[in-house]
Amino acid sequence: MDLMTLLQLLDSTVRLATPLLLACIAGLYSERAGIFDIGLEGKMLAAAFLSAAIAYTTGNVWVGLLAGIGASLLLSAIHGVASITFRGNQLISGVAINFLAAGLTVVIAQSWFGQGGRTPQLAGAARFNPITLPFADALRDVPILGPIYYELISGHTALVYIALLIVPVTWWVLYATRFGLRLRAVGENPAAVDTAGVSVVGLRFAAVAICGVLCGLAGAYLATALQAGFTKDMSAGRGYIALAALIFAKWKPWPALGATMLFGFLQALALRPDLIQRTLGFSVQTQLLDALPYILTVVILAGFVGKAIPPKAGGEPYVKER
Amino acid sequence: MDAMPKWADVVLIPVISLVLAALLSALVILAIGENPWEALKLMVDGAIGSTYGWGYTLYYATNFIFTGLAVAIAFHARMFNIGGEGQAVLGGLGVALVCLYIPWPHWSLALLGGTLGAALFGAAWAVIPAYLQAKRGSHIVITTIMFNFIAAALLNYLLVGALKPAGSMEPSTGKFPEPTHLPSFQDMFSTADTVMFRGAPANITFFVAIAACIAVWALIWRTRLGYEIRAFGHSESAAKYAGISPTKIIMISMTISGALAGMMAINNVMGEAERLVLNAVEGAGFIGIAVALMGRSHPFGVFLAAILFGFLYQGGAELALWTSIPRELIVVIQALVILFTGALDNMVRMPLESFFLSRRRAAQRKSKLTAAE
Repeated sequence: MDLMTLLQLLDSTVRLATPLLLACIAGLYSERAGIFDIGLEGKMLAAAFLSAAIAYTTGNVWVGLLAGIGASLLLSAIHGVASITFRGNQLISGVAINFLAAGLTVVIAQSWFGQGGRTPQLAGAARFNPITLPFADALRDVPILGPIYYELISGHTALVYIALLIVPVTWWVLYATRFGLRLRAVGENPAAVDTAGVSVVGLRFAAVAICGVLCGLAGAYLATALQAGFTKDMSAGRGYIALAALIFAKWKPWPALGATMLFGFLQALALRPDLIQRTLGFSVQTQLLDALPYILTVVILAGFVGKAIPPKAGGEPYVKER
Repeated sequence: MDAMPKWADVVLIPVISLVLAALLSALVILAIGENPWEALKLMVDGAIGSTYGWGYTLYYATNFIFTGLAVAIAFHARMFNIGGEGQAVLGGLGVALVCLYIPWPHWSLALLGGTLGAALFGAAWAVIPAYLQAKRGSHIVITTIMFNFIAAALLNYLLVGALKPAGSMEPSTGKFPEPTHLPSFQDMFSTADTVMFRGAPANITFFVAIAACIAVWALIWRTRLGYEIRAFGHSESAAKYAGISPTKIIMISMTISGALAGMMAINNVMGEAERLVLNAVEGAGFIGIAVALMGRSHPFGVFLAAILFGFLYQGGAELALWTSIPRELIVVIQALVILFTGALDNMVRMPLESFFLSRRRAAQRKSKLTAAE
């Protein structure tokens, strides 16, 4: 494998890992606050649809992005009300949200655009377009570093850079701010937070809302940056893979970056059967390649996580003492 | 003392949840510019207005009884099996292998063999996540979802490769041989001069599903194993203390769950299509979650909820045929039912409980007053 091929592979790794990274960090906020969220998938899907639909109608992708975040926040609110206010089962609520998104997106898309549950193709300003970083063209001919800068680092859409920026920001919020300390505490021992006079319900709703915003970014990225429009069920299990990555990363931001890059690499590899054939010397059925990220998710969850200890109060509704 | 009479718990709450889900669905239909009342009339007419409609409704209901029981039995052990879809896909593979490669003399033996094949393959697909949960602590919800994707890929791989008959372009197996044809409702109930259930896919599997309901009921409430499963579901630590092995309960309950989900295949693969095609399960594995929640994980409740969803499914197909409402509306309704009966249960329950409590207090006060006089 030469440098160019490797760079192409890594380039698509970054592109495919971005939605996973955003969803994974979204789940991190929610689960660190003690709210399990199986509904990442549905929130991404809803955001993907609405961002594409609004971007197409207005011709402005940023308006679309806002609409996508709005859709995701709405589902977050349902999850919050169900699991925080009414102390319902968080897994079941998440599953309901996934089906709600899967059904509603197609029903609305069909009645809105009449194209069999898709949005029309997006083009121009209705999409996130690649950004060429400064000097990328000038430095292109510098050996080794030039192509790396031009192919791998430059030329992504704005959301990719935002996603990468969110990792240090999350690290800072979680470990260096008062909000972060309280957020982590509410996932471990909500009674202690309550005793200190801080609202458990408020903190958890804040975490669920942040989760909604990030899922909105992830979904909008799928429909307006990675692809040019919404298609039925386009999230394709990414929300679940992000959850697996979150467990693999032991609910920490920097390892989350690593874990999602790994899954992104697997997805990128699955798209290049020719590469696998050239390096391994035999061809692998495309259907099996499609299953590769899912199989590895299971393998990683089963064996290579080490001891992953989830936030102690995760999944447990908090009942205030009376 | 319970806050509510039992009838309110098992009847009133599901009914209220269902009404809420129906109202929201009506709003969705309104929002996309159709008339909900007309839609309901179309659904009723299409799903239960004729023996043909009933034939489809009961056919779908049969699928949902199996997948609903599968989710319900896992719920009793406090396991959330979202993998019914994949287990049913694998069940289909089991049925196809049994029907294609074993020369059956008669349909009754083929049904027995098919059931065994379906249950075995479905169970196998559930045992791996169960083992990983019990021994490695990997979350069963995520692994079963992953196994759904893997099952779809595996079936795709087999249907474009090894199982496709030579010369065929379609990704499916060849037609099963004639002796494996299961009697349909049309074969069973038509008399010499009237044809009932003409062309509808409902078949003898419906009665197998009823038998499965009874068997699951007996297992859960009349056997030692069922008691252990329920005890484990109520409190893992108490069950451990009583000498019940968590690994054993997780493995056994998930095996039964997977076997039940797999058995759905004798209805849709052997009874209806009579060959294995891609996407034969059509989301029935997921509908099982709504059915189990709605039926309160009780086999009789599952049976009723499955009939209801059979009605919704067939009615939804009619809607898609005659109006601009797409079939995915059923997914929305299913999501709302899961939301209201599962996650927002307390939203319905809390006001009802306080209502019954205040009524009881009022009655007590009154009886005290009359006693004082």
